Amino acid sequence: MVLENGTTPELERPHLDDRRMEIIMGRLLQVGVLLASFVMLAGGALYMRAHHGETPNYRVFSSEPIRLRHFGGIVGGIKVGDPAAIIQLAVLLLIATPVARVVFALFAFLIERDKLFVVISSVVLAVLLYGFLRPQ
Amino acid sequence: MTLLVFSGLLFFGALTAGLLGALTGLGGGVVLVPLLTVFFHVDIRYAIGVSLISVIATSSGAAAAYVREGFSSVRIGMFLEVATTLGAILGAYLATVVHTQALGIIFGLVLIYSAVVSWQQRKDPSPELKGHSRWSDKLELSGSYPGRDGKLVKYEVENIPGGFSLMFVAGTLSGLLGIGSGAVKVLAMDRVMKVPFKVSTTTSNFMIGVTAAASAGIYLHRGLVAPGLAFPVMLGVLTGSLMGARYLVRARTAVLRSVFTLVVLALGVEMIVNGVTKWF
Repeated sequence: MVLENGTTPELERPHLDDRRMEIIMGRLLQVGVLLASFVMLAGGALYMRAHHGETPNYRVFSSEPIRLRHFGGIVGGIKVGDPAAIIQLAVLLLIATPVARVVFALFAFLIERDKLFVVISSVVLAVLLYGFLRPQ
Repeated sequence: MTLLVFSGLLFFGALTAGLLGALTGLGGGVVLVPLLTVFFHVDIRYAIGVSLISVIATSSGAAAAYVREGFSSVRIGMFLEVATTLGAILGAYLATVVHTQALGIIFGLVLIYSAVVSWQQRKDPSPELKGHSRWSDKLELSGSYPGRDGKLVKYEVENIPGGFSLMFVAGTLSGLLGIGSGAVKVLAMDRVMKVPFKVSTTTSNFMIGVTAAASAGIYLHRGLVAPGLAFPVMLGVLTGSLMGARYLVRARTAVLRSVFTLVVLALGVEMIVNGVTKWF
């Protein structure tokens, strides 16, 4: 018997859906990393041009300036063409990539009407958002 | 040292770390942090911050190759990510109270442990499934993967509470030390939950990125992600790990892996000695 949507009966349906889901999620991750790498490359090149004469020192720990530590500050930095802010944008894009994967999985489980995994993905997403947006 | 030379050396150093990480199967972070602290004298907190970013990049960058093989299980991954992300948040908080030198010593111990695990993996690749686990079906964690003859091989998982707890530990180590904790993740899935080897390694790869993302935001907020380090290191590790993954397919790597495992062991010892002498 062939199901209406054309899937073959010997493959269990949920796993076929899982497989398709994983392929799309793999692409999503790849695109995210590619995008972040390009932004990183551009930011890095501008950073080198702006700071080429300096001697870097990371031996002693001194926290990065506050403007490079949160979303608003980074966006503000990009507007005035700060290369360090462009690099931090790439960092934000990288962090957002696995988060986007979880969001996508959440929607896929919603479509599959898999209540258990909708709950599980929501918990993971909540923890990720807490890590990112938690009050200072 | 001018910025150009420093960034160039960092790029090639990170590339080597990525290559080593891919060839030993330990991931980039575990080699990167000792490289930055031992050879570049970077403060370990900066090293951890930039390593977390690189770990996300390598995990996501390798995703396409892993998906193509068709072994990873999105359900096992998502379920265990509840434990690893919570652990990662705890680890990121612990990082503020643990002494810098103690961080180095803990890191050294994890390095040695990881090297030992990667050594054992080759000798004893597939655990046997025994008994039937009710919770495996209830939590929808049972699955199947394409076997050698093209037929689907079914599997179940066992000892879910044990695996879940170990994953929490793996997450904590990831948030504390800026590493993927791939060795602990594979141990939890392989040895404790009896997930088939290929399923556990590929699923672990995806979990590493999500786990690192949970604590990376906290490190960024704390000002521990230095842009001047981030760009050469992230690009270097990513390039190195992609090269390593490609090379791994073509070459016979038994000898290489043994050599690299020894390198990782040596780095672990160096970090412990370094931490102890500077602390006392």
